[in-house]
Amino acid sequence: MEEGISMKSFINKGNRSTKVGFGEGIKYAAEHNDKIIGLGSDITTSVGMNIFSEAFPERFYSLGIAEQNAIGVAAGMALSGLLPVFSTYAVFSSMRTLDQIRVSLCYNNLHVIIGGAHSGISVGPDGATHQALEDISALRALPNITLISPCDSSQTKVATIKAIETIDGPVYIRYGRESMPDFTDERQDFVIGESQLMKEGMDIAIIASGHLVWESLLAADKLKQHGFEARVINMHTIKPIDKQAIIKAAKECACILTAEEHQITGGLGSAVAEVVVKEFSVPMSFVGMPNCFGESGKARDLLDKYGMNADTIFAKAVKLIKRKNQ
Amino acid sequence: MTTEQIDQLKHKAKEIRIATLKSLAAAGSGHTGGSLGMADVMAVLYFHSMKYRSKEPLWPQRDRLLLSIGHIAPVLYSSLALAGFFSVDELANLRKLGSRLQGHPGRDRGLPGIELSAGSLGQGLSVAVGMALAAKHQKQNYTIYAILGDGELQEGSIWEAAMSAGHYHLDNLIALVDRNGVQIDGSTEDVMALEPLNEKWTAFGWHVINCDGNDIKSLIEAYDNALLCHTKPSVIIAHTTMGKGVPEIEGDYHWHGKAPNTQQLKRFLNSMLQ
Ligand SMILES: [Mg+2]
Repeated sequence: MEEGISMKSFINKGNRSTKVGFGEGIKYAAEHNDKIIGLGSDITTSVGMNIFSEAFPERFYSLGIAEQNAIGVAAGMALSGLLPVFSTYAVFSSMRTLDQIRVSLCYNNLHVIIGGAHSGISVGPDGATHQALEDISALRALPNITLISPCDSSQTKVATIKAIETIDGPVYIRYGRESMPDFTDERQDFVIGESQLMKEGMDIAIIASGHLVWESLLAADKLKQHGFEARVINMHTIKPIDKQAIIKAAKECACILTAEEHQITGGLGSAVAEVVVKEFSVPMSFVGMPNCFGESGKARDLLDKYGMNADTIFAKAVKLIKRKNQ
Repeated sequence: MTTEQIDQLKHKAKEIRIATLKSLAAAGSGHTGGSLGMADVMAVLYFHSMKYRSKEPLWPQRDRLLLSIGHIAPVLYSSLALAGFFSVDELANLRKLGSRLQGHPGRDRGLPGIELSAGSLGQGLSVAVGMALAAKHQKQNYTIYAILGDGELQEGSIWEAAMSAGHYHLDNLIALVDRNGVQIDGSTEDVMALEPLNEKWTAFGWHVINCDGNDIKSLIEAYDNALLCHTKPSVIIAHTTMGKGVPEIEGDYHWHGKAPNTQQLKRFLNSMLQ
């Protein structure tokens, strides 16, 4: 883990969608690697792939609204020495294609980058069908796959480049649609599988991923005002998970709250709990979608209604600290 | 093609059948019917049509064969062994613990000549499309062969793949359909009708060739015809008989998913030698 940085180090440089980071990441990597090929399923611009396809039209193949085929095509390209990047909405790229990802990609252990765009409830008005809240659960059981959920646009760019340059097998990168605080630096140290210590603290550890890292930092600020020092860990890689950081947090903070824009069932929280239960048991609590479907609404309203925001993180943290001290 | 060459290929097909039956009997389980039915197709591919180097299995210029119907792996393994990719003795390890000869092909086991881990139906043609697109992108001249089952054509993803191959005019791709007319529950036309099959493939932008998949000469003509097509992908609908070569089980779909026991093996081999 990196050195702890105080909350003051994190300033929102301006709201920006993580999809821009994804597109910029591929484009940057493609400038240095002519093996990179883009595969699209019709919604190229809305998933940020246009940033690549406009720069490298001869390296982009349109495959139409046929995601299962796209995964197989990516596998065939990877077997032929190319490095395909395929992205579409996360509901489709992770779950409609699950068996193709399992057999053609994971069993063959091929280096393919899958983008899970429009993930989480912050997709907003499109409603439940298009809000991917189960993608991590669906993919997490698969051998060989790497799952990344970066916290902001800058980190998504860095994570995409690292996934291309440092990983061998299949990688799924989860990102969103809504413009959200962009607070990390593009020059950050980022190692896939190593979490980032965003804020030091010993009263509670908040382990978060994706958009909820920023919300966790806000919650930690509020906790500080109430006399509690929360440790905030950005668990950007959900598989393989950073066990050492979790064990250390369990030992030093004695309680862990997880926060994710995803179903609680099977996601980051479950991944953390698996480590905690086995290695060093401490009280835990979970912030995430309570195993129900979402609905139409503005991103912020939905995050508030379904309890994936700083206020809920704060409230659950206070309750958990009390429980730990009983 | 001389009569002598055709006879040699017939002999190869018989060798493939014998090796396949022996390995299935050693395994005690596996898919006999489809494996035997495709022995002639494999004989022509591995001993006539395909370019490869068995001692350099990853030779970049090689033709690629993807077995989308991974359950007929025994006939692929026998063909590879007879083509020199690995020892024929290893065929006895089929489906055994720790073996390189998995029930369905597993690339992770490192068996030379295996291009793809496959067997979940409906996926192999998409991978073949990816390989064909990649070959064109990299200006390579090799051919990609995808072996599909007829029952497998009921998977929707096959038609996604077919559409994309037509869209990109992948003339370096040849799909081979094992049209034995049967699947586990019975006749394909009863389970879920595939006909009119020629028209389906034609409509998706493919060059369609029908042939007798258990006749060497007919198969060679079909492959040659496919290789001459330079505008679109080709599909060879190979009309085969499940269990071909063993009169006792020919056409019997109950032999789709089982292996001969020791006595049956002896009887089958004897009947083939007559
Ligand atoms: Mg059949």
